[in-house]
Amino acid sequence: MLCGLAIVSMEYLEFAQDIVKAALHAGADEAEVYLQAGSDFEVLVRLGEVEQLTQASTKGLGLRIFADKRMAFASTTDFGKEAVADLVKTTVQLAKASNRDRFGGLPDVDQGTPCDLGLFDPAIAHLSVEKKIAMARAAEKAALEYDAKVTNSYGAEVSSGVGTCYLVNSRGIAYSSSGTSLSVWSAPVAEENGRRQIGTAYSCRRFLGEVDAPEEIGREAARRAIRKLGGRPVKTQKVPVVFDQSVGEELWGPIFSALDGDRVGKGVSFLKKKIGKQITSRIVRVIDDPLMPGGVGSMAFDGEGVITRRKVVIEDGVLQMYFYDARSARKYKTEPTGNARRSYSGIPHVAPTNFYLQPGNVSKEDIIRRIKSGLYVTETIGRGANIVTGDFSVGACGMWISEGELSYPVEEVTIAGNMLDMMLNIEEIANDIRFVSSVVSPTFKIAKMTVAGR
Amino acid sequence: MEPSNLTAFECSSDADFSSLLPKESIERLLSTALRKGGDFAEVYAQRSSNMSISLDERKIRSGQVRISQGVGIRVISGEKTGYAYCDDFATENLLQAACVAAQVADGAGTEEPVRVSRQDVPSFYRSLLDPSEVSVETKAMLLKRANKAAYAFDHRIKQVQGALVFDDTEIMVANSEGLWVYDRQPLLRMTIFCLAKQGKESRGGFEGAGGRLGMEFFEQVSPEDIAREAARIAIVQLDSVPAPAGTMPVVIHGGWGGVLLHEAVGHGLEADAVRKKTSVYADRIGDKVSSPLCTLVDDGTIPCMRGTISIDDEGTPGQRTVLIENGVLKAYMTDRLNAGLLGLPLTGNGRRDNYQSIPIPRMTNFFLEAGQYDPEEVIKSVKRGIFVRNFSGGQVDTTSGNFVFTVTEGYLIEGGRVTSPIRDATLIGNGPEVLNKIEMVGSDLRFDRGTGTCGKAGQHVPVGLGMPTVKVSEITVGGTSA
Repeated sequence: MLCGLAIVSMEYLEFAQDIVKAALHAGADEAEVYLQAGSDFEVLVRLGEVEQLTQASTKGLGLRIFADKRMAFASTTDFGKEAVADLVKTTVQLAKASNRDRFGGLPDVDQGTPCDLGLFDPAIAHLSVEKKIAMARAAEKAALEYDAKVTNSYGAEVSSGVGTCYLVNSRGIAYSSSGTSLSVWSAPVAEENGRRQIGTAYSCRRFLGEVDAPEEIGREAARRAIRKLGGRPVKTQKVPVVFDQSVGEELWGPIFSALDGDRVGKGVSFLKKKIGKQITSRIVRVIDDPLMPGGVGSMAFDGEGVITRRKVVIEDGVLQMYFYDARSARKYKTEPTGNARRSYSGIPHVAPTNFYLQPGNVSKEDIIRRIKSGLYVTETIGRGANIVTGDFSVGACGMWISEGELSYPVEEVTIAGNMLDMMLNIEEIANDIRFVSSVVSPTFKIAKMTVAGR
Repeated sequence: MEPSNLTAFECSSDADFSSLLPKESIERLLSTALRKGGDFAEVYAQRSSNMSISLDERKIRSGQVRISQGVGIRVISGEKTGYAYCDDFATENLLQAACVAAQVADGAGTEEPVRVSRQDVPSFYRSLLDPSEVSVETKAMLLKRANKAAYAFDHRIKQVQGALVFDDTEIMVANSEGLWVYDRQPLLRMTIFCLAKQGKESRGGFEGAGGRLGMEFFEQVSPEDIAREAARIAIVQLDSVPAPAGTMPVVIHGGWGGVLLHEAVGHGLEADAVRKKTSVYADRIGDKVSSPLCTLVDDGTIPCMRGTISIDDEGTPGQRTVLIENGVLKAYMTDRLNAGLLGLPLTGNGRRDNYQSIPIPRMTNFFLEAGQYDPEEVIKSVKRGIFVRNFSGGQVDTTSGNFVFTVTEGYLIEGGRVTSPIRDATLIGNGPEVLNKIEMVGSDLRFDRGTGTCGKAGQHVPVGLGMPTVKVSEITVGGTSA
């Protein structure tokens, strides 16, 4: 017997179907309910002691309707009879204030059935509180014991989630999917000459067996903190910049946003009108794969009920596609790409599933070895990517590369460039990808960027 | 909005106090929460309704309503916190949550009765015209007016997107020390994004405004004003040149510019980072930590501002706290846990995102007091540097003190005059160092227009910012033009 909340509850499925029916009865032409139920756990251990421990079961549902081509949405965490009746009434009433939208509506049914991606691990659902506390303790202990320079800690945290989502709509869809996740995070502080630096490392997976050993996460975080000690700015200059795999998302996240078909159609993306054109160097291949077994961003059906598929987004540097939900697909006369993501409290929006830069054949060390003078970026700070213009500017810290060696830590500098230039100048891609979030990349090198410092 | 003395509006009624949870349930939950011998227990109940309307492609796209409610139960035992929450108000589920939270303590199992008594607190906001009493159509009309004004501003405006958001949150906090308080917190905001196009160039402009009040807000600030400002920024940017790269003097326009100090110093003065000694400002009360021109204040009592709170999420009344006075560190911002462990007074900064979150020290409205310089004079004093008028936000690493903020409307200063607009750039500095490099403080204290949200440890809370025109002698500008 699995943990109660993790198994699909026919009761919730029927409950959702009843709400869809009630909405149609109240005047909606189309209706859709997205319901989530699950449980969350979080423990923070600091300097060996449990500092915070949070446990809860959660639930919520969102109702989206179309009436006379007008859309409205309402969500609630109250599943009481009266609350749900109010919700239906409110939603139908709200729709009247919207303008008619000829592209609106649920996705057309063509579909088939979603496959089981195996996103649920009973071992996580059954993992005891004691075991999770022990994992957090082990991560922090390993960080504190790694080196005498590690003098303090923000703590180590283990969080887990077990949940099921249900999607029911008036076109006959009734899907559900259960999943688990476990993440371990450690953040020690290193100190030298009165200056302190924090280092963080984490691992997030859907299967217990795939989560990195807590001790290794702690040691990696300690290494990161120590590596930053004694950092200083460099002179302002244009040099090759290496993005460590842990910061790749800072570039690829904004690139995904710029590939949202709706933004592109409205001209608010620096990647508009680029299908079939070269937008990156030839060595780049980018994939969005919702079907990756056990992937953190995997989903068999998207937030509107579209069956998902693997897509090659950039091939040999050439852009193959944009991302569309049901509405933008209708507007721009194409097919939805299965990227509509949502929670019960929001309407679906286009988002990455497992969006990644395909790893290359070289090691990170080899990339660095071939650089005479450059910056290896291990952390960024701030969000300085402008999706409209492609301007990119963020704070950075890392290591200065001189004559192929990591020579000294660098901090308080910015790296800037135009994202399209950056993409076209990706010269090397390493083999070190880690699938720990929805947007990941291996370490890669950009030929030249402006590093601003002293 | 100007800071003023405490302006108290009317208090809440008996019915309000009991609308979330009856007194007997609260007392029973507190008693259950302490069954294992914790030092302190607290019940936090919340009911929020969030209504939003969006406009896109010249049309009202959708109306959305979100109802969220729940109860969070916290038990503190020494430095340990046990927390459990529940999204319904059913007694058996709440009692179970109380038992879960109780387990953080490991003492003997006796349930002592707990009594709470109602306390009235002054309110620093009110909604004269409750948005829930105004039709969706009337609200949508505000967005349509903004849309029209934006397109009318300039023929190069090609896209307009807008959103109007109304929050209505009721909170009730009761604890084992007998406290029992209630607050209703209105919050609204309008935001407009405009896209300008000229030839092959496209530029965006963003503006918003809001506060803790009702529909009467739009009589003070018109949707047209907000839209025209967003359009103005987008049009100005069309002629922007690449931002310079390197260190140089920077003049920051007041209002939103306060994000500089929010990041550079504000987060480091929050008592959790101080207790854990992970802040560069830990153990430094009485020290000179900035230029003597700086007096920094956190003020949760400014009427109707976005960051204003009549009570924080632990029931402590909102307060005005002088944190740095003429360069000398005077106080930290506290929540109950950290105030208790550090032996500091409560400052009304214990805030949380919602009932699912444990309260932590957070800023409310954080600002720099006015200085004596004429803002014109401040700009004239710079031979070559940049003038920053708008930002999209910032971030800080409180351990090293390094912080950034991203400029979305900036200009070159050449020979004491503001000249070409520059493209987006991130500015980076070290908090304690930048505070010492503040050379001139203008006489023009201004507050932001009410759209700021601050994220920390995954929790988001509305905040206000304020700053007069300020000159920093040297800061690193992250442009591309070396």
